[in-house]
Parts: sequence; structure tokens; C-alpha cells
Amino acid sequence: MSGVRVLVGTRKGAFVLTADGKRERWEVSGPHFAGWELYHVKGSPADPNRLYASQSTGWFGQLIQRSNDGGKSWEPVGNKFAYDGIPGTHKWYDGTPHPWEFKRVWHLEPSLTDPDTVYAGVEDAALFRSTDGAQTWEEVSGLRKHGTGPSWQPGAGGMCLHTIILDPSHPDRMYIAISAAGAFRTDDGGKTWKPINHGLHSQYIPDPDAEVGHCVHHVAMHRSRPEVLFMQKHWDVMRSDNAGDLWREVSGNLPTDFGFAIDVHAHEPETIYVVPIKSDSEHFPPDGKLRVFRSKTGGNEWEALTKGLPQHDCYVNVLRDAMAVDTLDSCGVYFGTTGGQVYASPNAGENWAPIVRDLPAVLSVEVQTLT
Amino acid sequence: MILVVLPSHLKTLVQVSGDVRLEVQDGATLRSVLDALEARFPMLRGTIRDQVTLERRPFLRFFACEEDLSLASPDTPLPDAVASGKEPFFIIGAIAGG
Repeated sequence: MSGVRVLVGTRKGAFVLTADGKRERWEVSGPHFAGWELYHVKGSPADPNRLYASQSTGWFGQLIQRSNDGGKSWEPVGNKFAYDGIPGTHKWYDGTPHPWEFKRVWHLEPSLTDPDTVYAGVEDAALFRSTDGAQTWEEVSGLRKHGTGPSWQPGAGGMCLHTIILDPSHPDRMYIAISAAGAFRTDDGGKTWKPINHGLHSQYIPDPDAEVGHCVHHVAMHRSRPEVLFMQKHWDVMRSDNAGDLWREVSGNLPTDFGFAIDVHAHEPETIYVVPIKSDSEHFPPDGKLRVFRSKTGGNEWEALTKGLPQHDCYVNVLRDAMAVDTLDSCGVYFGTTGGQVYASPNAGENWAPIVRDLPAVLSVEVQTLT
Repeated sequence: MILVVLPSHLKTLVQVSGDVRLEVQDGATLRSVLDALEARFPMLRGTIRDQVTLERRPFLRFFACEEDLSLASPDTPLPDAVASGKEPFFIIGAIAGG
């Protein structure tokens, strides 16, 4: 019997939500690590019982937790994130040089093939890799040192490396995104990197078409077409058909093109989902209506999906890592809100229902399809 | 034997319900107590001191015999009453958040 396991990171702990393939009745486990911020929890595609979790607080710093039984039990593993060499400086908010300082892990991306290999995207922005099940970490320093690093500048949420995408057809190709530096690609397993921001236009930075400095909020890819990328930028929904070498805007008829989350249907690589947010100073949906917008044409033409979602007086946000899809037929779509709801649609967004309504603010949602 | 009182979140992390008793060799200082604590509970590395600089994390304070030792040198000897286990060494999380 197939099923799904939804891994939810919140401001005050992690939760594991499970259901069978019908996705109607849910069991809720948690809070795990109660009182701590769980920025991200993700399972290994190579071993679904192997999970990694980023646990942190301002008091006690960063921990990494690992589970070998699908989240029933956990053990703390390595949490030493030391930048390679003398870290140097990046730009501070006011443009002055500021030393690179580790703050937290935003995103954990397990290898597609090896349960013991996992990448960590951290603040201040850098990429780390572990090949021993997260016991030890080594910086993939070619990214930070490739040349533009000293000009990177934090976004409002900090200078975080929040997106890591592994290319299933090119094992040495990887994409990452940083707020507010932009998107970057390696084609040689992390040794060398290049900015892939051509075509992005950001009116709020000194040079709107700069090589780096764009506030990329999230990037998504369908594994069957890894050269096609979809991006939710601070403002603008973007698309690239050539592995990020050139982007074009596909915001189309969205009510606002600001937002954080973006994802792709598991079986339809031209079907994408976003949650439009009113603006960067009002982090809530337009008109108090929580609407997921779906495009079946790879962008530009969008339809609102509202059945089961609150359509008045709703002022929550949906953060960048808080949307995910399962691979069942039909595709399930999930997202969490800063109001503590986790919504699920078992039919590609046609109908929605809350799995849980009253969790702490949701920071991340990931889904594992279990067979 | 040194008696160490941990904040509740760190007690949960190391899975102890009460206080921690540590054997410390060669004199009790801030550094030797924290070294012994992290040797006994490796998962505490990075939660009290930065793993690279060994600086105290900013939202934690160290107290012993009603003295704030947070800014003292790591090699400062702890009071005799703490070294002998009569009084505890406190690691305290700042009360913050409004």
C-alpha cells in the first residue's frame, strides 16, 4: 500500500504527518525537538527512512539531527560548519564589508543516490557537503570563492543559501540560490561555479541587470527536464529553458508576482504552482484570500485554485521551502503557512483540506512518497 | 566532582533529567569543566561555545556561587565550593523574547 510522509519544520519543532495513498486520514507525530526552530527536514531519495533535520535556536546554535527509521527516533550528528580558510568579507546591508559568520542551516539536500551524502545550504551563504551521514561537514568552497562572493549582500531574511537542486541526469551539475545574490550553477561537482542570473531584472538594486545581487526566493525543477528551471524571484516569476543561462518572465496574469514558494507537478513538467503574496512589506495574500495559482503552460497563463482554502480574512504567508509535491497518481500538492496550517490537495490542486490547523509557524514542508 | 546545571533544552538534548556530575582533572576552570562536559556529551559541542573560536555563545551566561563568570578568562579557577561539588556551576540561557 502506497502512502505519503510529510515532513514539516516549524518555529517550535518538527512534525511528521503520514497517510495512506488516499491522503484522507492523517497521523500527526511531534513536536520533535520541541522549542527549537526546524528550518528544514528532508528524506533521502536513496533510503526513505534516512531523514536529516536542521535544528537551531539563537541560544544554542545549530544542530543536525538524523533519523534511520523515518522519523521515529533521531540522533544528533555533526554540527561543525567551518568555512574553508580565512572567510573574508561580504557586503553588509549598508554596503560596508562584513565578516562571513555562520548562523544556521537553511536547507538540507540529500544525494539522489547515496543516503550518507547530504548538502547543507547555510547562512552566511555557503554550501557544505557531508559524505558520512552528516557526521562531518566540508565547505564546497568553490562557490563562495568563485569571485563575486565579496559583493554578495543579505536580503531581509539574512544572507542565506536556501535552495539546492541536484540534476538527476548530470551528477556533476547542481544549482543553488542565495538571497540576495542570485542563482549559481556548477557543472563539475562543485569545483567551479558561475552566476546564472542573465535575464533577471530587479529594479530595487543599483544595476537592475547585474550579474549578482538578485533576491531569488526559490527555484524548482522537474526531474524529467532538468534543464528547465522555474524561479520565484522577490518580484517576478521566471523560467529558464537552458539550465539558467537565460531567464524570461512568466508572471503573466498573476494578481501579484511577489511570493516565496514555487513547485512543479510530479508528472506534468509544464504544470507549476505558486502562492502569490501581496508585497514585500505586506507578507500576506492579496485581498485576504489564500490562493494557489497553477499554470499548465509553464507560466504566463495562471488559474486560481481556491476550493477548500480560506477566501476571506486570511493573512498568513507561505515561505520558500514550505511547498512540496508527492509522486502519487494523481499528484498531491502540499504547503504550510506561517499561521500553522498545512494544506494538502490529493488531486493536483483542485481541492484542498488542512491536515493540521494549529502548528507553530511553518518554515518548511517536504513530502516523501512511500511504496 | 563538579555539579553542572544545564538549561532545560540542553538537558533534553543529552537526555538527562537532573543535573550533571563531572570528574575534572587538574583543577576546575571554566575551560576544563566545559571540555569535560563536551567530552561526556559530544552533542553539546557548538551549543555552549562556538566550535571554531570556543567563544561562549552570546545568549548563555556562566554563574557560580552567585558570581557571573561569563566574561572571565577560560582559565579562571572556579570557586572552591564549586570545585568540591558543594555548589553547582550554572549554565543559564538568557530570558529573552519579550
